[in-house]
Amino acid sequence: MSDLRELYQEVILDHGRKPRNFGPLPEANRHADGHNPLCGDQLRVHLQVEGGVVKAVHFEGVGCAISTASASLMTQALTGKPEAEARQLYDEFHELVAGDGTSGEHLGKLVVFGGVREYPSRVKCATLAWHTLQAALEDDGREVTTE
Amino acid sequence: MNTALQADATGAATGLDADRLRADFPILAQEIHGKPLVYLDNGASTQKPNAVIDAVGDFYARDYANIHRGVHTLSERATAAFEGARDRVRRFLNAADRHEIVFTRGTTEAVNLVAASFGGQRIGAGDEIILTGMEHHSNIVPWQLLAERVGAQIRVVPLFDDGSLDLDAYAALFGPRTRLVAVVHVSNALGTVNPVAEMIATAHAHGVPVLVDGAQAVAHARVDVQALDCDFYAFSAHKIYGPSGIGALYGRRELLEAMPPWQGGGDMIRTVAFEGSTWADPPYRFEAGTPHIAGAVGLVAALDYVDGIGLDAIATHEHDLLAYGTALLEQVPGLRLIGTAADKAAILSFVIDGVHAHDIGTVLDFEGVAVRAGHHCAMPVMTRYGVPATARASLGLYNTRADIDALVRALQRVTELFG
Repeated sequence: MSDLRELYQEVILDHGRKPRNFGPLPEANRHADGHNPLCGDQLRVHLQVEGGVVKAVHFEGVGCAISTASASLMTQALTGKPEAEARQLYDEFHELVAGDGTSGEHLGKLVVFGGVREYPSRVKCATLAWHTLQAALEDDGREVTTE
Repeated sequence: MNTALQADATGAATGLDADRLRADFPILAQEIHGKPLVYLDNGASTQKPNAVIDAVGDFYARDYANIHRGVHTLSERATAAFEGARDRVRRFLNAADRHEIVFTRGTTEAVNLVAASFGGQRIGAGDEIILTGMEHHSNIVPWQLLAERVGAQIRVVPLFDDGSLDLDAYAALFGPRTRLVAVVHVSNALGTVNPVAEMIATAHAHGVPVLVDGAQAVAHARVDVQALDCDFYAFSAHKIYGPSGIGALYGRRELLEAMPPWQGGGDMIRTVAFEGSTWADPPYRFEAGTPHIAGAVGLVAALDYVDGIGLDAIATHEHDLLAYGTALLEQVPGLRLIGTAADKAAILSFVIDGVHAHDIGTVLDFEGVAVRAGHHCAMPVMTRYGVPATARASLGLYNTRADIDALVRALQRVTELFG
């Protein structure tokens, strides 16, 4: 089970069970839908961006523990961040789970997703919320997919 | 080696010794994450016995060349092997005539062939195609593409909660514009065995031909296309212990003869001129280009292997495992089986409260247990049961009660981690 607990760390299990910032966000002014056709997971990210700062982030949808926890921790990490930092966080997260595994200096709690890198079929679970975030930052109305 | 017909070592009197048959499948003798591999993803694809691996290797080592036009020895050998495979598939399906067997890349291509050729010719604006709510995407999308192109309508037979078809609703769907029924023999997502003979009789009473998607059926029960009286029957070699990339379409001879080509190329013509070309007779009319020749050789080896054990013995063995697995899974806390029809084959599809199927799949993999997690290319089925995905254990001839026990033990890990 030791390997399994490296993937499913306690923080991931906790946020998978009890996602934070889950549900609609009436004040949101940017939205995007994300879809992982591999497993059918769908989620929606709501952003409230004012003066170039992410005031609030919520998400909705159905997903596995990894995609739900990733979305939940993402909302916490982004709240109060300038847009530019949000984009930088996206890059650092992507590098952690799908790149060379470098953990960037802004990741904080998000480093728990480092174990996902060993499981190519699950990388898309971890990145779905982040791809959707990026689309919401652009808010061009496109649905993003992990494919 | 492959005809081990005696009491199962696990105590089940099934007439098939799966523990001995496993030795024919070299891939099964390995560990995954330090645990013995328990392969329960046979619905997606089956593993290959040495008989198939060796037949393909030997063919490439000794007899390979292109088929049908060469006058040299190797081409004659390869042609004899490929056409021999057609005879072997005819015998396997009990078709009346070898010209009724068209080689394709698999079930998906077979359905696309019928949709493009038969559908393009016989189905037009306002006509109707009957499908069921449990079809694989490969028996939905080709019909949608056709329907969009010609302006036809798709009607869908609804499912009862147990995963069986509402046959009264089916009978009521027929009308003067019904042109074809396309139905899955065994559902890949639910395991339901559909009463296709009865459904075909109903369709024929309305003068409507029927295509049967046999992808999940052929490895689990004897199929006789004449007894079924079906008009088209499609299957893939890789789901019956043969190579991927080859399959076959059975088509009733008079239907195939009236159908136009669907792909153009070498081998499907009689004459070619820039003023106009003429077509070969079936089945060659539908086999443009160089086929998967070695795949056909592997398919023969697979059918010989399966028939050597006996499909009746395989069906009995798998039904024993299905009953054993159903009883054990029903005791797992929070687990719900999706698909509980009275007539089922080889498939245990399930969800667990509060745990996504993908997480189940990953935890089981850590325990060496390979299952499928997802929508199984049957998204309408997932919608019907209100779940985003299921985990699916699908059985094959080499599975044992010990494999089911390993699955149940691994599911306890899931409960420990996520419960």
